[in-house]
Amino acid sequence: MDLTPTPEVTAFREEARAWLRAHVPARPLPSLETAEGFAAHRAWEARLSAARWSVVSWPERYGGRGADLERWLVFEEEYWAAGAPGRVSQNGISLLAPTLFDHGTEEQRARVLPPMASGEVVWAQAWSEPESGSDLASLRSKAVRTEGGWLLSGHKTWSSRAAFADRAFGIFRTDPQPAAAGRPHRGLTYLMFDLRAPGVTVRPIGRLDGKPAFAELFLDEVFVPDEDVIGEVGEGWRIAMSTTGDERGLTLRAPGRFLAAADRLVRLWRGREGGAADTALRDRVADAVVGARAYELFTWASAARIAAGRAAGAESSLNKVFWSEYDIALHETALDLLGADGELEGTDWAEPYVFALAGPIYAGTNEIQRDIIAERLLGLPKGRR
Amino acid sequence: MRFLLTDEQSDLARTLASLLAASDVPGVARAWAAGDLAPGRALWARLAKAGLFALAVPEEHEGLGPLPVELAVAFVELGRYGVPGPLVETVAAAALLPAEHLPALAAGDLAATLTLPGGSPYALDPHAAALVLTVSAQGGLYAAPGHGEPLPSMDPARRLAVPAAGGALLATGVPTAEALRRARLLTAAQALGVGQALLERTVAYVKQRTQFGTPVGAFQAVKHRLADTLLALEFARPLVFGAAVTTADGDVAAAKLAAGGAAYRAARTALQLHGAVGYTQELELSLWLRKARPLRDAWGTPAQCRAEVLARYGEAGRTATARLTT
Repeated sequence: MDLTPTPEVTAFREEARAWLRAHVPARPLPSLETAEGFAAHRAWEARLSAARWSVVSWPERYGGRGADLERWLVFEEEYWAAGAPGRVSQNGISLLAPTLFDHGTEEQRARVLPPMASGEVVWAQAWSEPESGSDLASLRSKAVRTEGGWLLSGHKTWSSRAAFADRAFGIFRTDPQPAAAGRPHRGLTYLMFDLRAPGVTVRPIGRLDGKPAFAELFLDEVFVPDEDVIGEVGEGWRIAMSTTGDERGLTLRAPGRFLAAADRLVRLWRGREGGAADTALRDRVADAVVGARAYELFTWASAARIAAGRAAGAESSLNKVFWSEYDIALHETALDLLGADGELEGTDWAEPYVFALAGPIYAGTNEIQRDIIAERLLGLPKGRR
Repeated sequence: MRFLLTDEQSDLARTLASLLAASDVPGVARAWAAGDLAPGRALWARLAKAGLFALAVPEEHEGLGPLPVELAVAFVELGRYGVPGPLVETVAAAALLPAEHLPALAAGDLAATLTLPGGSPYALDPHAAALVLTVSAQGGLYAAPGHGEPLPSMDPARRLAVPAAGGALLATGVPTAEALRRARLLTAAQALGVGQALLERTVAYVKQRTQFGTPVGAFQAVKHRLADTLLALEFARPLVFGAAVTTADGDVAAAKLAAGGAAYRAARTALQLHGAVGYTQELELSLWLRKARPLRDAWGTPAQCRAEVLARYGEAGRTATARLTT
């Protein structure tokens, strides 16, 4: 059991740190959740990609560096410590790409991954529907067979940044029979489609923070060619679940993000006049530091298990509940440290605070995660949700 | 970088677990609480034979260590089975005692207890220890000439007494900080084991306890409380082993804070989910229920640990592994 990086990993860390120090924008980009900010973040992805830092864990032929999990975690740590911009391509990189690596064809990977790596094509997810949230398998959007492909019809929603994105991926009902027979997880198919194709209407939804960044998608006989079906027709649920594990776990929220946030919080606390005297706030700052370290070490343990050939599995639900609740607690502490300024929209903490509030909801609500923890990790009996 | 127990370390946990599972530890703990130390001493000897105390003593003094990760592995099991006695204190004393005492300590023939400057005034179970140690602010190690009347703790298997001042000076300039680190780390490991035992027993109980015609473990309110208990324990675990690897003060304090808190929350959950039967002395569960709170505070209260974490937290720009380690 050790926590010492090899000299090669340390060299990789230093290379990443040097590049980031030289290239991270001195002033924060406009909010990722606005049209202007989206464009600025897309341009940043292109710069990252040109230096091959946008997808370090991918094979070189798709624009990556073939980095192992340890290097990826080190890169993320340096990335967030450098104060680098949020990742506009995150949904594609953390959800669609792993799906293509596991279930796609070589043709699909060669066609889809390089423009994803460069930010030229930004992907949105299309999972939820108005009547299908936590009970995703009840979804009703359908894909009907047509010559050379499928025609998509239905209504998807809560699609992050779909207001500005180029393409989307999701699951659709290609065979209504199993659902009618009480097996809703069957008969679903994983598809990619163009958000600008005929028949697609994108309606932006104002978020809690007023940003127009997510959207609902109305689909009316949208043509999807066969080449954009991922995996076997009818296997969409199994394929999608293999990526939600990634979304909840390691690849969605690297610990570097929270280590950097805890650093910022400690700086805020130390810089505050008379701050050390308030022990209630001091305790919460300490908890944020301990939480970031716990999450970091938990992740190193997960990475070591994965490297030893053991699958992540349901432990990704522990991970998701932890970081989403941690993120809110940390930002609440920051707002309290700011005192009267805590309610102002213009501080460094306001936007990430409002964003953190969504964490326990997206990527599978924390209620669903706790059910998974109780049933799959503790072996408790299934009950009514 | 490979933050995973080795096969040998996992084997050590299994070996100790099977030894303890066959030792009627609840019976040993009840006897210990009633003042009958003989079964506890017999168990102590078996643990020593399995190499427990040798892990704390350097090889040149007939030990195998010091091996903090192996010690942490062992103390998780000791907590999980509820072994009574000044185990943590004896291992901490190994960092302070002069060489001539160490072979006996490694062999399990020397039970010690101690207080450290700035810490609690009480020594654990001095009536069961051959050596009651105190350390002066200047780093002088004394064998206390006696101790006050042992006071019952909230955990019936623990008794506390104030060592008498003075006594024979055994050594000077002893590494007090190292003794505190060991005591704090291994109390954290023990607490983690206590929390694990409480969770395991509660999960088993809610699967078989039926109300409204269904196992109560199928109800979401019950499930979610247990999920949160597991979550707290599973995020304390890497802190405990991380602290064993780095042995840094900040990491050790973080581990103690998290493991102590998780074990205490596990005790609250265990009691609540057992309902009225949990609130009884005869149920074995009570051994762990009453241990969790004292262990949360022993060798570092939450407030002390939080202050230590922040005092040790480096300036920004350090790499993460250095954050709590300098």
